[in-house]
Amino acid sequence: MDNIKKAIRPKEEDFADFSCYLTQLETYRINQFNGFFFEKNNNSVLLDRNIIICSIKSAIEKHKSILESTKHLHSFNNDDEGLFIYIPNNITLDTPLQVLDVIKTNEALKIESKTVIIIGENSHVKLIYCDDTINDNISKTENKISVFLEANSSLEYYKMENINNSSSIFTDTNFVLNTNAQLKTFWLSINGGDIKNKLNVSLEGEYSKAELNGLYLVDRDQIVDSEVSVNHNKPNCHSNQLYKGILDDSAKAQFKGHIYVSKNAPYTEAIQNNRNILLTDKAIVNTQPFLEIYNDDVKCSHGATVGQLDESAMFYMRSRGISERSAKMLLMFAFCTEILSKSSIEELVDTLQDIIKRRLHGELSSCENCVLLCSTPCGTSDVDMSKIN
Amino acid sequence: MSLLEIKNLHCSINGKEILKGVDLTINKGEVHAIMGPNGNGKSTLASIIAGRDTFDVTQGEIIYEGKNLFDLSVEERAAEGIFLGFQYPVEIPGVSIANFMKTAINEQRKYKGLDPMSSMEFMKLMEEKKKIVELGTKLASRSVNEGFSGGEKKKNEIFQMAMLNPTLSILDETDSGLDIDALRIVASGVNALRSNESSTLLITHYQRLLEYIIPDFVHVLFEGKIVRTGPKELALELEEKGYEWLR
Repeated sequence: MDNIKKAIRPKEEDFADFSCYLTQLETYRINQFNGFFFEKNNNSVLLDRNIIICSIKSAIEKHKSILESTKHLHSFNNDDEGLFIYIPNNITLDTPLQVLDVIKTNEALKIESKTVIIIGENSHVKLIYCDDTINDNISKTENKISVFLEANSSLEYYKMENINNSSSIFTDTNFVLNTNAQLKTFWLSINGGDIKNKLNVSLEGEYSKAELNGLYLVDRDQIVDSEVSVNHNKPNCHSNQLYKGILDDSAKAQFKGHIYVSKNAPYTEAIQNNRNILLTDKAIVNTQPFLEIYNDDVKCSHGATVGQLDESAMFYMRSRGISERSAKMLLMFAFCTEILSKSSIEELVDTLQDIIKRRLHGELSSCENCVLLCSTPCGTSDVDMSKIN
Repeated sequence: MSLLEIKNLHCSINGKEILKGVDLTINKGEVHAIMGPNGNGKSTLASIIAGRDTFDVTQGEIIYEGKNLFDLSVEERAAEGIFLGFQYPVEIPGVSIANFMKTAINEQRKYKGLDPMSSMEFMKLMEEKKKIVELGTKLASRSVNEGFSGGEKKKNEIFQMAMLNPTLSILDETDSGLDIDALRIVASGVNALRSNESSTLLITHYQRLLEYIIPDFVHVLFEGKIVRTGPKELALELEEKGYEWLR
């Protein structure tokens, strides 16, 4: 596998057949094909507000001072491909940015890319980072992503992993939060053979806050590893990790959650939770909380559960006439909604619900009997809640 | 033909015998009450009829509308018209009452070979039935039983019963934990659903509920057996004398 070919810059037209599944959602699209940034001209709104979106290479040429203003954790070379996003101070974007990292290849391919994102002071942004593969060929991706949140800024960050099951993706993401910066992340690992995520959050400014959510739904021989570490380096910071997963067949998951509280970080509040449902005896989850606390004035908690679907809830539902299979579906979906309910992008939640429903539906060839009514292809219409209340 | 016929039912859990030969026959249109001290098998009996498999049935049979109940799965029993009102209704966070009930109704309809109920019909039905138990307007979008008070949970059981329109309703300690107002609402809900075509089995250890829902027969389940059957007045006698005299 290590000898596989390294990606070279592809032709843009090769990706013309890609269509994003987030069709209901209006976003500013940023295209990366096989790890290479492709300029898109229709984001003039962003240019007008002095937002910079370019390759790392041209950022090094044209915006060196901005790049160097941050203490970035990953080093760069002049020939680095990858993506640079800079949001100046005092910008609020209501429409989310969407990075589409699409892979299409006819042979096994190795892709390495770097991304740097800087959110200026008092700016507020939502960003959806999608990893997709167009066909079934093997790819091996390594992404290094550095994100800087300057003082009083906020970022809602989504990472959606939806690659084919022959492919692997390793993402090393670093977030640095300055004073009163607010970060909310959603990690959705749904499709992919081997998904590894290393997530490091450094709370470098007082009153900064990180809410880290993860959901992994895996089956067959999928592997998903989440290594989350939060460093409380300043007083009065708050962090909350909530990672949930459902594992079917022989899937494996690992969650390593690290909370570090420095002696300089009194009044820290740090929470960590990892909850798993195993649907088979062969599925394996390995969960490791690790708390390293050097200050006495902190509030920290952690919890991990590995279990099956609630038997009493199953019986309750079946006693109303709901089949065992449907009851399972409803419970699994309910398990996932806790994560989705934290999102502020309503249209995205709708789509994600559909994706999750279809994912839970899994191998079953027909959806006609499914109780999880998706808004698109498979189902008939669901109950319209707005009309009931 | 009787609706439900329990013949010489024995069951045990972890080797301990709980029911030691229960015989009970319920005809259509009748209301039966089973009374008895805690821990004598009342709830076990209810659970076995509904299909809970945590008990080992060691002897006996249950015939429901001519069918051997043990041949039917939990959900098939429900679709055949058996409803269990739970003593402790289960909280299901993240599953809305609307989705829960719509799924239940449509899966029961599918079992009977009927088309699914339309969303419009369903909403109308919900509006109509929730009035019976005076449940709040936001019911549909609330998660099943999550954050419900004790009274709301029991009202929700009766609401579900009304939605599903069962032939045999088994209400397990529906009165426990209810204040007098909630009890009145729940009881009038049950009474509103009484008909010549359906039957009710009330499980209670207080006579209080039977002042509101008048039973045709009262049975005493004591140490795993029905030791006494009588008219509604039996409940009063039990209230006065306790259960020990039946030993």
